[in-house]
Amino acid sequence: MALQTTSVGAVPVHRSLRRVRARRMRPAHAGIAWLFVLPFVVIFAVFTAVPAATAVVLTMTDIGVADLRDPFGVNFVFLENFQTVLTAPDFLRSALNTVIYVGIGVPATMAIGFLLALALDSGIRRARSVFRAIIYVPVIANIVAAAVVWQYAFTLNGPINSFLADLGIVGPNWLGTPTTALFVVLLLTIWRTTGTCMVLFLAGLQSIPEEVHEAASLDGAGYWRRVFQMTLPLLRPTTLLVTVLMSVMYLNIFEEPFLVTDGGPLGSTKSVALWVYEQFGFGNMSNAMTGSIVLLLGVLVICVIQFRMLRPKQ
Amino acid sequence: MNRLHVVRESGLYLALCLVSALMLLPFAWVAFGAFKTQGEFMSNPGGWLPESFANLDNFIVLFTEEGFGPYLVNSIIVSAVTVLANVLFCSMAGYALAKLPFRGRGLLMGCVLVAMTVPYVALFVPQFLITVQLGLVNTLAGIVAPMLVMPLGVFIMRQFALSIPDELLEAARIDGAGEFGIFLRVFLPLLGPAIATVSIFTFLASWNSFLWPLVVAQTEEVFTLPVGLATASQASNTTAYGLLLAGAIVVLLPVLILFLFLQRYFIQGIAATGLK
Repeated sequence: MALQTTSVGAVPVHRSLRRVRARRMRPAHAGIAWLFVLPFVVIFAVFTAVPAATAVVLTMTDIGVADLRDPFGVNFVFLENFQTVLTAPDFLRSALNTVIYVGIGVPATMAIGFLLALALDSGIRRARSVFRAIIYVPVIANIVAAAVVWQYAFTLNGPINSFLADLGIVGPNWLGTPTTALFVVLLLTIWRTTGTCMVLFLAGLQSIPEEVHEAASLDGAGYWRRVFQMTLPLLRPTTLLVTVLMSVMYLNIFEEPFLVTDGGPLGSTKSVALWVYEQFGFGNMSNAMTGSIVLLLGVLVICVIQFRMLRPKQ
Repeated sequence: MNRLHVVRESGLYLALCLVSALMLLPFAWVAFGAFKTQGEFMSNPGGWLPESFANLDNFIVLFTEEGFGPYLVNSIIVSAVTVLANVLFCSMAGYALAKLPFRGRGLLMGCVLVAMTVPYVALFVPQFLITVQLGLVNTLAGIVAPMLVMPLGVFIMRQFALSIPDELLEAARIDGAGEFGIFLRVFLPLLGPAIATVSIFTFLASWNSFLWPLVVAQTEEVFTLPVGLATASQASNTTAYGLLLAGAIVVLLPVLILFLFLQRYFIQGIAATGLK
């Protein structure tokens, strides 16, 4: 290296050094690097970037199903669609339902997932991986298959009401009553997301050094006090990640209400995503697109809040 | 103190067994219900075991009358193409993002992270419009196309590539190997565990994908298993439970078998989202 830097004469030493190093580090051509990322770039552009841009533009037009073959024939109506959508009673109902899904589902799933992770991490000594696997199985189960089971289990004469009848209780018409239908849909969602929370919390808990626990218990702090005053603050990054993941998921909840109740009865389980799908099915492309943009804005807000919360501590 | 500990641990085992039972209960209903006749559902709605596990009528009807054979073939094609494409394309992108310095790399990494965050539900309408323009509606190609290079796969490959020492690649470069040669002969062979993780999770994502195939597939010839099952479920007025639960088994079984043998790769995939 020293030999090379002295042999370049007029060129300032530090610049030539950087150039030599750059040539050694840099493979033949930057174009080759772009060849490697080309498939990702193409698919990202065609199926993420362009659709996102299209949505932003088309949401300001009166696009309908007739315009599918000729998207340039649409008329610009600017923010009229937002006005239409945000004042439509069925959209507002589905927005309220979605807030309920997020408001109940996210804290419930996270609490159950955290308690299970805690039990697996520090409560028991054997069969940890068995329990972890069993609790994780619903995550990989196909949602259509799961929804079929849910419909079967909660029908009027299904196994759940038969079980309740054995106990002398007359079971409700689960899927035909607004509040119980919402509960059944939430139960399915919690069932299939708890495993994700548990695995992520468990990974977070296992990254806390053993010495921290020992020091705290030498101090004589009780178990729950240690959990609240030591474990939870140390888990902050994991908790934030899980909160964001779960919030984005519950905000976009679609399959569960679509498959179990089809949004009913009387729109009591319809989510915003399901409303978008229905508008899409009716051919109201501008409404569907505007609903999508509302969902995207929701995701954006969640992400901004996450970054805000991360900033002060780091 | 010690006795208290034992009591507490036993209580926890009991609670975990209860939770596990609740988690597995739906699978038990599927496994038992798929072998029941319609009469059994009517006469004994609370019953557990079927009269005979040798009653395969539901499966026979499923494949002869309900068209699940072609759905199964479509699902296998979609998953196979998705897994192969992702293993190749994600490792290529991961290699470049981790090991090749080039302008725009930071921006591309940002694109990967954004694409990981944006939920597919929020974009399916404009994606459908693009698919119409490309002439891919109602084709298997249209179902597969958006899944060919999944951002989480690129992210996992990049994280793994970062852990491979530069000196290894550098040595091959000094020996005069080209970038593609290095990628194929030095990089890919070191990528075993990452390839397993990406294969598993892209298989899972494509096999279980529902909304996009539902939107793109418009006639039965291009239905995948989940779309076929959902259509059957909505058409049957939800009364032919034996048939539907048998369909559920067909959809669930491949994933459950894989999970049984390759559990750790599944869990690595989900833990990878927490790597950031």
